[in-house]
Amino acid sequence: MAISASEVKHVASLAKLAFTDEELQKFTGQMDDIIGMVQQLSEVDTEGVTVTTHVTDAIGVMREDVAVTGTAREELMKNVPQHQDGYIKVPAIIDESEEA
Amino acid sequence: MNFETTIGLEVHIEMKTNSKAFSAAPVKYGVEQNTNTNVVDWGFPGVLPTINKGALEYGMRAALALNCEITKDIHFDRKNYFYPDNPKAYQITQSQTPIGRNGWLEIEVDGKKKKIGIEEMHVEEDAGKNTHNPDGYSYVDLNRQGTPLIEIVSKPDIASADEAYAYLVRLRQIIQFTGVSDVKMEEGSMRADVNVSVRPIGSDKFGTKTEMKNLNSFEHVRKGTQYEAKRQQRVLLSGGEIQQETRRFDEPSGETILMRVKEGASDYRYFPEPDIPPIHISNDWIEEVRKSIPEMPDKRREKYVVSWGIPEYDAGVLTQTKEMSDFFEETVANGADAKLAANWLMGEVNAYMNANKLELLDTKLTPEHLASMIKLIEDGTISSKIAKKVFQEIIANNSDPKTWVEEKGLVQLSDPTVLEPIIETILDNNEKSVDDFKNGKDRAIGFLVGQIMKETHGKANPKVVNKLLMGSLKKR
Amino acid sequence: MDYFKQDLASLHNLLVKKELSVSDLTNATFDNIEKRDRKIGAFLNLNKEEALKKAAKLDEIGISADNILAGIPLGIKDNIVTKNLVTTAASKMLENFNPIYDATVMEKLNALQTITVGKTNMDEFAMGGSTESSAFKLTKNAWNQTKVPGGSSGGSAAAVASGEVIATLGSDTGGSIRQPAAYNGIVGVKPTYGRVSRYGLIAFASSLDQIGPLTRNVKDNAIMLNAISGMDPRDSTSSNQAVPDFVAKLDGDIKGMKIAVPTEYMGEGVAPEIRAAIKQAITTFEKLGATVDEVSLPHSKYGVPVYYIIASSEASSNLQRFDGIRYGHRANDVRNLEDVYVKSRSEGFGDEVKRRIMLGTFSLSAGTYDAFFKKAAQVRTLICQDFANVFSDYDLILGPTSPTTAFGIGEDINDPITMYMNDILTIPVNLAGLPGMSLPAGFADGLPIGMQLIANRFDEETMYRAGYAFEQATDFHKEIPTFGGQD
Repeated sequence: MAISASEVKHVASLAKLAFTDEELQKFTGQMDDIIGMVQQLSEVDTEGVTVTTHVTDAIGVMREDVAVTGTAREELMKNVPQHQDGYIKVPAIIDESEEA
Repeated sequence: MNFETTIGLEVHIEMKTNSKAFSAAPVKYGVEQNTNTNVVDWGFPGVLPTINKGALEYGMRAALALNCEITKDIHFDRKNYFYPDNPKAYQITQSQTPIGRNGWLEIEVDGKKKKIGIEEMHVEEDAGKNTHNPDGYSYVDLNRQGTPLIEIVSKPDIASADEAYAYLVRLRQIIQFTGVSDVKMEEGSMRADVNVSVRPIGSDKFGTKTEMKNLNSFEHVRKGTQYEAKRQQRVLLSGGEIQQETRRFDEPSGETILMRVKEGASDYRYFPEPDIPPIHISNDWIEEVRKSIPEMPDKRREKYVVSWGIPEYDAGVLTQTKEMSDFFEETVANGADAKLAANWLMGEVNAYMNANKLELLDTKLTPEHLASMIKLIEDGTISSKIAKKVFQEIIANNSDPKTWVEEKGLVQLSDPTVLEPIIETILDNNEKSVDDFKNGKDRAIGFLVGQIMKETHGKANPKVVNKLLMGSLKKR
Repeated sequence: MDYFKQDLASLHNLLVKKELSVSDLTNATFDNIEKRDRKIGAFLNLNKEEALKKAAKLDEIGISADNILAGIPLGIKDNIVTKNLVTTAASKMLENFNPIYDATVMEKLNALQTITVGKTNMDEFAMGGSTESSAFKLTKNAWNQTKVPGGSSGGSAAAVASGEVIATLGSDTGGSIRQPAAYNGIVGVKPTYGRVSRYGLIAFASSLDQIGPLTRNVKDNAIMLNAISGMDPRDSTSSNQAVPDFVAKLDGDIKGMKIAVPTEYMGEGVAPEIRAAIKQAITTFEKLGATVDEVSLPHSKYGVPVYYIIASSEASSNLQRFDGIRYGHRANDVRNLEDVYVKSRSEGFGDEVKRRIMLGTFSLSAGTYDAFFKKAAQVRTLICQDFANVFSDYDLILGPTSPTTAFGIGEDINDPITMYMNDILTIPVNLAGLPGMSLPAGFADGLPIGMQLIANRFDEETMYRAGYAFEQATDFHKEIPTFGGQD
């Protein structure tokens, strides 16, 4: 399986990254090599094998529903590049959100 | 060609837990921007989510009330997308293991009952709020970030705008009765995404659907769905094609307006949330949660009719909202006659709420006061005429009816030793009426009673007055 | 202060007896750093003013005899969040990020009155094996300054190896503590997944990351792990397993211990001089009364691809929060939201980070999820099972930490795959959530060779016991880099 420059571009748009043409070419080559390496896995028979996504023994750890006062707003705002009147400020969205 | 409509609803409801779904910050409405958040809500580097057991139990409660099967082994998933109100750039949700599956609820439209299937339910987190300003900037408030939500996805069983409306009303009612949410549309704690498609009757393939997002009025859902189904039919009949697109319901025109065409499915790159270990839900836990669910509206309605003698229709009205039903039950628990309590709630109380545009709990009326007033009527302490005055006072000013009635001297006069001398005086002063009565003119009684009431400023107990008056007249 | 002649116990003794004040120790530590770090480049950011203030305060209070870490100056990897001390993860993205909270491990260390002298260099967001992907500076190997210190905890390892500090914290996602420890001839431990809270560790790969200590000897390492272990309600993946005193059983007696050496760990890919050193170590263990057998971990060869898919997938999601909105780098020339995202991220992240974000985003995409992420998560199960099989019969697994000794600066940086293969022996341990240790086991061409010990889940005790017995029986840990020592 080879990856094309246009596929790399699509992945970059999902990841909110931009590349120059030169970078794109370099990344496409490197991604292709990495994907080639990853292809080794296809030789492993995983029929019926469960996935491992957690290796903790802390199964079923939950927090009781008790509220704790939040962090002071002035503290939270300390690292914000742009804020006003207690709001985080960011240049406007061109498109409406997809989301609820 | 005749068409049938298929409607799918994805409803998001905010749960009223104490703390957020994945952080310990409080869940509160109407507080100043960014004052109800912590470093976890903000997605600062290195912070980790912790799952709120209460949110999970509320989710189970809602799932059980909607007749869902509970998924025994669950984990959370990340849904990845960038947006300023989504600080981690992923939402923690459930995609592979929804808390509930295969549920249903029953609706009634035009007297016909119908079961609507529920595909699945997820426990997830809400996003913050973005306000777009004309100055070219958005302003982000993260107070809502992390508020627990349940998302309820219907099966494609809804076939008309009226059914969609009935589904939402019923869903709100059931969720409200579980106690997991107040389900206040105006606070945005219930929002619906609606997708609509049409197909020729008999076709075995669903038509292409369009979507309307984030509707927070049932009426908009009804009107938008109605319009959208007709629009799609028109397009198809004129030889056109339906595009997969997102549309917006425009209230003034009652139309739906194209927002954007979807280019393939969005790629949210779902994968299991590694920061939250899987959770096993045992049968014991499910039973424990099942026991914690308050009595559902159908059960209550049956109780009102069978045990309390309330007419079927009235019982339905009284169980429409949990607020009303709880109020009614508490009034009865405080010693009021159930039928009288029902009459007052459906009559005067409702009229007052409508006239003043208030919710029941926003009035000053309490079940204790209503019960106390009803008892004062029953034991003859106040007349039903005076009761109307008392009612206005207790619903507007939270006065204790008994104390207020006494203070204002509105207690009904029932004492014969007080009433008899008054009656004798009236009869002495109205000999003509006494003669009329003796000559068989019953109208004279009405006049005499009126005089007595006038003399006592309306406080005389009419029953007692009648009895005493007849006695006095017969003696003359 | 000559840290080559001290360990935590001896320093503690000096402090308790007031033969050395905390202020003098702290000043001497900054002197060490000033003299050596021009050559080594281990630290990104020093905390001199605050450290000296704290030292003075501790001198006032006095050092309690039962608190061995009180007053000890430590270096902290720069992906561990420190309140009011700039924390960058060696990324331009966080160049000016000043945290308003402490990581749990920092809260624990502060409660024990340790002194944070500064933040150590690392590969950007811990992605790399040479510390060359740091956005800010190069760190050099303590033994040979033309060689890399390894990574990603290269600064933490070089700082200890060059005698700048006595101990540091690092983090290990695929070998990032053990490999630099091996390259620098010191002891590095990655604890069992869940042993140490990850709260406040800037996440690279959530299901693999662990914080662990780097020290010059096994006992000091055990003392450090004692200090940072334990369940944390803020990290749901942290374990409530009892934390034993890792120092208690360090008596040098490992008679009857059953040790397994995986065939796959001694193959062609491993440099001959390293294989030779490990064979010698096996002999040492046998002399100490352990039995050593050859076993197989048949799926370990898939560790690297599995790791790169899983770690990159998790990282692609974890690093999405760096969007230029609430903290971190915001590009200047932005006209709309899309610009804020794309420009801030493209400017803020370096190439290696971008590569992993790209691979991870790709692996999780709708069309590739099953063939990539899911497949890798399945093979991960097989790797876990391999280890479980061995640990049903053995107490410990032994092998090299890295296939080679430290490589030259600039040698591998443009060849991601060669760089990735360096981690082949450490990665499976993270995939299975096991504890692993690297400790000195020899030298080749003047560069240290690291031996790796791997124990069963939550059995760090066995690993420390074996490491300690080996250390007592050998002299490798006594070697001092020519760079340091004689200053």
